[in-house]
Amino acid sequence: MYSQNKIVKNTISLFITYAFLILFGLFMIYPLLWVVSAAFKSNDEIFKSLSLFPQKIVTDSFIKGWQGTGQYTFGRFFANNFILVIPVVFFTIISSTLVAYGFARFNFPLKRLFFVILISTLMLPDSVNLIPRYILFNAFGWVDSYKPFIIPSMFASTPFFVFMMIQFMRGLPREIEEAAIIDGCNSFQILLRITGPLCKTAMISMGIFQFIWTWNDFLGPLIYINSVEKYTIALGLRMCVDSAAAIAWNQIMAMTVIAMLPCIIIFFAAQKYFVEGIATSGIKG
Amino acid sequence: MTANLKRKDLVGLLYVLPWLVGFLVFKLYPFIMSFVYSFCDYSMLKPPKFVGLYNFIYMFTKDELFPKALLNTLKYVIITVPLKISFALFVAIILNMKLKGINLFRTVYYLPSIFGGSVAISILWRFLFMKEGIVNKFLGLFGIEGINWLGDPRIAMFSVSLLAVWQFGSSMVLFLARLKEIPSELYEAALVDGASRLKMFTKITLPMISPIMFFNLVMQTINAFQEFTGPYIITGGGPVNSTYLLSMLIYDNAFKYFRMGYAAALSWVQFVIILIFTAFIFRSSTYWTYYEYDEGRF
Repeated sequence: MYSQNKIVKNTISLFITYAFLILFGLFMIYPLLWVVSAAFKSNDEIFKSLSLFPQKIVTDSFIKGWQGTGQYTFGRFFANNFILVIPVVFFTIISSTLVAYGFARFNFPLKRLFFVILISTLMLPDSVNLIPRYILFNAFGWVDSYKPFIIPSMFASTPFFVFMMIQFMRGLPREIEEAAIIDGCNSFQILLRITGPLCKTAMISMGIFQFIWTWNDFLGPLIYINSVEKYTIALGLRMCVDSAAAIAWNQIMAMTVIAMLPCIIIFFAAQKYFVEGIATSGIKG
Repeated sequence: MTANLKRKDLVGLLYVLPWLVGFLVFKLYPFIMSFVYSFCDYSMLKPPKFVGLYNFIYMFTKDELFPKALLNTLKYVIITVPLKISFALFVAIILNMKLKGINLFRTVYYLPSIFGGSVAISILWRFLFMKEGIVNKFLGLFGIEGINWLGDPRIAMFSVSLLAVWQFGSSMVLFLARLKEIPSELYEAALVDGASRLKMFTKITLPMISPIMFFNLVMQTINAFQEFTGPYIITGGGPVNSTYLLSMLIYDNAFKYFRMGYAAALSWVQFVIILIFTAFIFRSSTYWTYYEYDEGRF
């Protein structure tokens, strides 16, 4: 009797849990699904119904939206985003791995102090450096180019990634490395042939996060990029919304979907790296 | 042997060198200069001119937008951080249960977070909360009359803050990772002792996740104080400056009016406020965080 009561109780609580998960989940996901469906709706229908299924599927919003309102198409902005993001991701992975290797596997004078500094910069708000950094980069002649993004990435400038990599490397067994030292490998060969390959998952999750952050970055391009020719997707979208005022919302929704697409694709392609990345480093967001 | 050690030390230093150079050039130098500029009048056309405390006096006595932006920013932090973290914890606890299809739910709850403070998601938000937008349409189904979510100065900040709350995914994943590490023996022992669920939550779960709670609190607070893109795109700081944040005041002064000195002074005030808040969380954490090993302590 008692156990039957317990079973009934468990079933009810399971039911409530699922009901909550589904209902709350729908609230979470609905805006994202809606923006996709809105891109396929006619402009009148967008405001009329809550439905995720368009009454009549419209596809020319993608074509017209892509052409943009000004001199440049979204193709240009899209390409610019890749031109900016790919080197940033590449250099971030290389530089952060090298630096983490130094911290994780060597002893050198002031190492503790450096590590403390690294951890403190983790918590240093970016905005306090914003203005002098702009003035500095302006003096270097880097404004209106992608250099303010790419060159710092060569110097392991995101402490999150360095920290995450150090944590990861500390978890790796040292025996193989020690064997390689006995075989006469130097430290760089060890990094290249042994430690590096073992860090592949951490490197991938670092790359994914850097890709998504840089892809979505708005304030950076807003400050450093002036000419429309060099606009990123974020700036292009903003320009579109500002100039379009009340017209063609479905085109704007279509471009919004396009802007989000690379992140969605990466997210679904690399979910396990994602979770690993967040769990090991405690990444912001 | 010692010569060998020295050489190895140098090699280690060599690996760390890129970070060290980057730190000096892109972090330490700007940090010092931002302090210096905050005492200057600097438009970038002429060399900086030392004006003493003028920027700070102006900020606190003449700039009408500053107290407004400061208050709005505090409001934003106080709305978003606790809500975001409580949602993250609540959902993480549910997602920690062994249920069928749990991975799908994890994906769904995390997905909004990958877009962070992007323009795309901010545009979507603006659209959802417009007067004739989807949120009001939805309320209409229940016979509730539409609210002017973004147009009413009393509500706009709340509507804008919801965007950040919606993106609780990464805090959630951190909680989830920690919850999985709690040894089940603890709960089993408590069960034997006849502890209630609430008791188990407050006596086992909360202490065990407290370091992550601390980390989330610090990070989310620092981020919330610097929020820019969301409010900038959704409302542009309006209506009647009700969503105008410190970061926008800094941006406008620096890149619209080219008052670099004043903007630097503002960013220092923002920095000091963040510092005070983080210091408070750090100090208070000694009373409520629990560490199994002492190295875990900051």
